[in-house]
Amino acid sequence: MTLTGWGRYARYPAPLSQPAPGDLASALAGGPVIARGAGRSYGDAAISLRRTVGTGRLNRMIAFDEAEGLLVAESGVTLGEIVEVFLPRGWFPMVTPGTKTVTLGGAIASDVHGKNHHRDGAFRASVAWFDLLGPDGTTQRCSGQENAELFDWTLGGMGLTGIVTRAAIRLRRVESGWIRQTTLPCADLDAVMRAFDTHASATYSVAWIDCLARGPHRGRALLMLGEHAGRAEIGARAPFPPARRTRTLPVDLPSGLLNGWTARAFNAAYWRRGKAAAGSRLVDWDGFFYPLDAILGWNRAYGRKGFVQFQCALPDAGARVGLSALLDAIARSGTGSFLAVLKRMGVAEGAFSFPMKGYTLALDFPATRRALQLIDRLDRIVLDHGGRFYLAKDARMTAETLHAADPRAARLREMRARSGLSDAFRSVQSERLAL
Amino acid sequence: MSRSVLILGAHSAIAMATARRFAAEGWTLHLALRGPSRLQADRDDIAIRLGVEVTLHDYNALDPDAIDEVMADLPALPDVVVCAVGLLGEQETAQRDADFATLILRSNFEGPALHLERLAGRFEARGSGRIVGVSSVAGERGRASNYVYGAAKSGFTAFLSGLRNRLHGTGVGVTTVLPGFVDTPMVAGRDLPPALTAQPEDVARAIFAAVEAERDVIYVKRRWRWIMAVVRALPEPVFKRTRF
Repeated sequence: MTLTGWGRYARYPAPLSQPAPGDLASALAGGPVIARGAGRSYGDAAISLRRTVGTGRLNRMIAFDEAEGLLVAESGVTLGEIVEVFLPRGWFPMVTPGTKTVTLGGAIASDVHGKNHHRDGAFRASVAWFDLLGPDGTTQRCSGQENAELFDWTLGGMGLTGIVTRAAIRLRRVESGWIRQTTLPCADLDAVMRAFDTHASATYSVAWIDCLARGPHRGRALLMLGEHAGRAEIGARAPFPPARRTRTLPVDLPSGLLNGWTARAFNAAYWRRGKAAAGSRLVDWDGFFYPLDAILGWNRAYGRKGFVQFQCALPDAGARVGLSALLDAIARSGTGSFLAVLKRMGVAEGAFSFPMKGYTLALDFPATRRALQLIDRLDRIVLDHGGRFYLAKDARMTAETLHAADPRAARLREMRARSGLSDAFRSVQSERLAL
Repeated sequence: MSRSVLILGAHSAIAMATARRFAAEGWTLHLALRGPSRLQADRDDIAIRLGVEVTLHDYNALDPDAIDEVMADLPALPDVVVCAVGLLGEQETAQRDADFATLILRSNFEGPALHLERLAGRFEARGSGRIVGVSSVAGERGRASNYVYGAAKSGFTAFLSGLRNRLHGTGVGVTTVLPGFVDTPMVAGRDLPPALTAQPEDVARAIFAAVEAERDVIYVKRRWRWIMAVVRALPEPVFKRTRF
């Protein structure tokens, strides 16, 4: 069987098993494994050439505490299932990434962040505890109090500390499934950075940035703010609208279709449309949080060769200069990213989680040689400005780059060696990055 | 008051998919199986997701009194019973080992038939209800590869047919389900033709629809009806030479 990440860039012949919950421990016997949830990390983080263990059959919800909003579920349950079950009862995930197809296990392993990171932190903020299957086949309860070190490393640990089997997460109370969205056009990079700070109290904030605009327009962006709408705001609308109808991209589009020219045209059109639609309106949760989920298999738009994602974080000190340098390098290369996303981040937490106080920039490129060369240059710029990289997006970075950017990587490697984890849990990514 | 379904042999993939289907329609579930604690997590999952009442009951299809014990546990006589009890078993082992062959015959025929007869009596006294038996296309004609199982299912199909005939006009209906190949752990590792293979959810959907429409005999994938018509029509001198 061939496994790839969501970017479909590198492909590996890798056996995937889907053990029943009771057979999970025996699935560990016989060499290094890595857990794989929904396969939504973009690169090779959830692929092992030896044995990849799917959590597809760990898909049950175990308990829900109505008073605390605390849900206990097996790790293969997706955020989408959680929204489907609990939004009609007035609950929503405290932290959600830009797709609802991720599993709880994947969200923990990548310690995913959302549009509210600046206020509420990463996914870890919602995790009360989880059960972790270790190399000896036994399961340990991990929380801030119990096995706290393992808890900390596992959140953001890319599956390299064990297999999460169950987790307890806190949900937030919402009055409706609607979001009051405000769109603010910002003329350039300085303007959008100022706007993020002006609106630091917004619950959700994220900016789409035109990474191909040059000169005075460099960094022009549409900042989108969001607040959960109360009952009084939604008028006659159904308070909890269901998920949008999905459409499926049935075939691979030709590989060259998304290129510098179409990206430039798309970005310019998106900017104009966004500017025209500036202001406030109500959007449903699915459209606000998960716009790309409406097209199942959107990753096929990049064709057979796939695409690569690039996501970095830059600390406040180096953010302005670093982002300028990144945008210049992208605009010069002409290899445009369709969706460039800029986001203010809150404080860094955790032993190996990605977010750091500052900004994060996420880009995707068709997996062409030119784009890969560009990304190598972007790596360098991030290093020069004290930034680091999001491993859930990574499919191609070198170990040298990672370890130069992030001294925590060596500590993870050392901890893994000391705890007997290196021989039990390995992914293609962990071997590439010397973790 | 929501309607209720009792599922016998609830641990199978078909039974669990059927349970979820009924629960999604708001039915109360009573799940009976050997070692009911095995289904605790699934019970909780269904209760949380679908907000219906789900109860678990210890039940051994080979114990003649087991059905009465389950009934004594229930708050009321269920509206529908689905019998998904069954054991495929290796044919070659069954040829060698009489005890194993007996187990296959009893699990697929004797146990289900005796228990459904008892339930039928209660349904008849009430004057309503539907009995759904999950049988098999293997019971339509004995084949070398699984004729012990096939013979038991054949008996079960005949039993259901007779029961339906007897209960006609009493308000109680009987549905025979002939699933064909189904992608379940029971047949894991076998190379099944995708065009003829249903998912457990397909079977569940078909069962629920058959209950709503009060159908007598259903094939899950429609082409099985024609395939089995041909299989039944083959003259024995031809059939005995076939290998499939």
